[in-house]
Amino acid sequence: MWLFALPAVLINVAIILVPAVLTFAAAFVTWDGVGVPAWAGILNFQRMVDDPVFWLALSNNVVWTLIFLTVPVAMAIVMAAALLLAPRGRLVVQSIIFLPRILAVAVIGRIFQGMIFSPATGVLARLNGHGFSLADPLADPDRSLYAVAAVDIWHWWGFLAVVFLAAMRQISLEQIEAARLDGAGFFALLRYVLLPGISPTFVLMLILTVIWSFQVFEFIFIVTRGGPAYGSEVLATLAYRHAFFDGDVGQAAAVACVMSLFGLCATAVYLRLQSRGGT
Amino acid sequence: MTDARSSRTFALVLIGLALFVSLLPIALTILNALKTTTEINSSPFALPATLQWENFASAWRNAALGASLLHSAQTAGLTIVMVCATAAPCAYALARRKGRGWRFLAFYFMASITMPVQLYLYPLYFLYAKLGLVNSIPAVALIYTAMSSPFAILLLRAYVLAIPYELEEAAQVDGARPWQTFFHVVLPMMRPGLLTVAIIVGLNAWNEFVIAVTFLQSDSTVTAIVKFYNLTGQYSTDWGPMLAAAVIIVLPVVVLFVLLQRQFIEGMTAGAVKA
Repeated sequence: MWLFALPAVLINVAIILVPAVLTFAAAFVTWDGVGVPAWAGILNFQRMVDDPVFWLALSNNVVWTLIFLTVPVAMAIVMAAALLLAPRGRLVVQSIIFLPRILAVAVIGRIFQGMIFSPATGVLARLNGHGFSLADPLADPDRSLYAVAAVDIWHWWGFLAVVFLAAMRQISLEQIEAARLDGAGFFALLRYVLLPGISPTFVLMLILTVIWSFQVFEFIFIVTRGGPAYGSEVLATLAYRHAFFDGDVGQAAAVACVMSLFGLCATAVYLRLQSRGGT
Repeated sequence: MTDARSSRTFALVLIGLALFVSLLPIALTILNALKTTTEINSSPFALPATLQWENFASAWRNAALGASLLHSAQTAGLTIVMVCATAAPCAYALARRKGRGWRFLAFYFMASITMPVQLYLYPLYFLYAKLGLVNSIPAVALIYTAMSSPFAILLLRAYVLAIPYELEEAAQVDGARPWQTFFHVVLPMMRPGLLTVAIIVGLNAWNEFVIAVTFLQSDSTVTAIVKFYNLTGQYSTDWGPMLAAAVIIVLPVVVLFVLLQRQFIEGMTAGAVKA
């Protein structure tokens, strides 16, 4: 039977495991990707902690994590409850809010740049003339991270709502009806019945959020490239810059290792939960 | 009772708001893809004086979108074939074999689902460069296969576990060898799972950015997503044809989504809902 598993295992080991181990090794050498690597000890890590951009990127990852642990989760949980209480047309609504999730990130990024944020053609610029003052947030180092996060939230929250709704539908209807007969309003129902009812799914999604938040790359690379002035730089974009623009693979590997370390802690929790449930 | 009704009204308001937020950028894209640049600059909301189908023609022509769409389709198709061919037998073995090694393998695949691309991207790129595999569609499809197959294996394993074991036993009693049992008994019953896997894996390959932008930069291999990315920038001005290109690239995905929603949602939420 082991022959059945062999091709899949070989591909995985060759493409993922071996290069991952090499990344770990590369963090301890000076290497431009072409020439002969030279042993560097912990020099790459030393340079990393001396680099203010690294700390900026790390704190942006933390901010990103906090945003995604709260904003889309709150939106999704409220929407899932709303769809549970107003089931008419639910399938259609579900598909529409899920739709952004299947669109390519590169396309979404450009659409938001042009149609939402652009000072010339965007919706925000239209609001400017009407009592709002919203300069292009992508051009502002203090706000660009939040602007990119808004795009990712648009892409992500509907998927989360669909996941939460699927979990809520496993709660017994009697329990929900009983709470409503007791006069529980929308938020009381959410707080005392629905949220406790989906807590395993809820916790799993929070853990996955932490894992993904430390890996975030695409939206930021596409929309702002980490700019302006490193305002939206995260560890993944920093590593990519080191490897492919600075030709400093050792430095990139060091950043990638640190980045993975954060995800690894969350992954350990995720694996414990998943293997207990026996997916 | 009034409370229940007011919470229902509140729910409906929220749903209306959600639909508006989800659809606004999409509606603006379609609307402005049919306008001239002057019209877009004067207001993104205004209707076009005449529908500018010319935008689609010029996006297709100037961007050589046709060729890049073909590259995307080749990459996605190859990935689907390789994932199905390798994940299905692996999932079967994982579902039917017990013991330490197999448990470890399942654990390893689970862990590799959450592995960041960044952890293997750099050595892989320079390794590929050395082997002359940069700008090769099959070589990139191989990377996608490695990235997607853990998900596919775990999803298909759940399908195998749902197949009654008696069926395989009967085949074994009749003297079927394991690979015969696999092909004639298990594989046919995995078909719905394979469809879901094909959709999700194909979607991911079609939309993928990091690997594609790093490994496929030549005109003869570039995918539609990367082509679109290269053509446009944060400060683009010619939005009409650009949005038309966006519609062209996204359209096949949306059509498939409308037709096969159940598989899309099942595949993408697999493993997310805990009982």
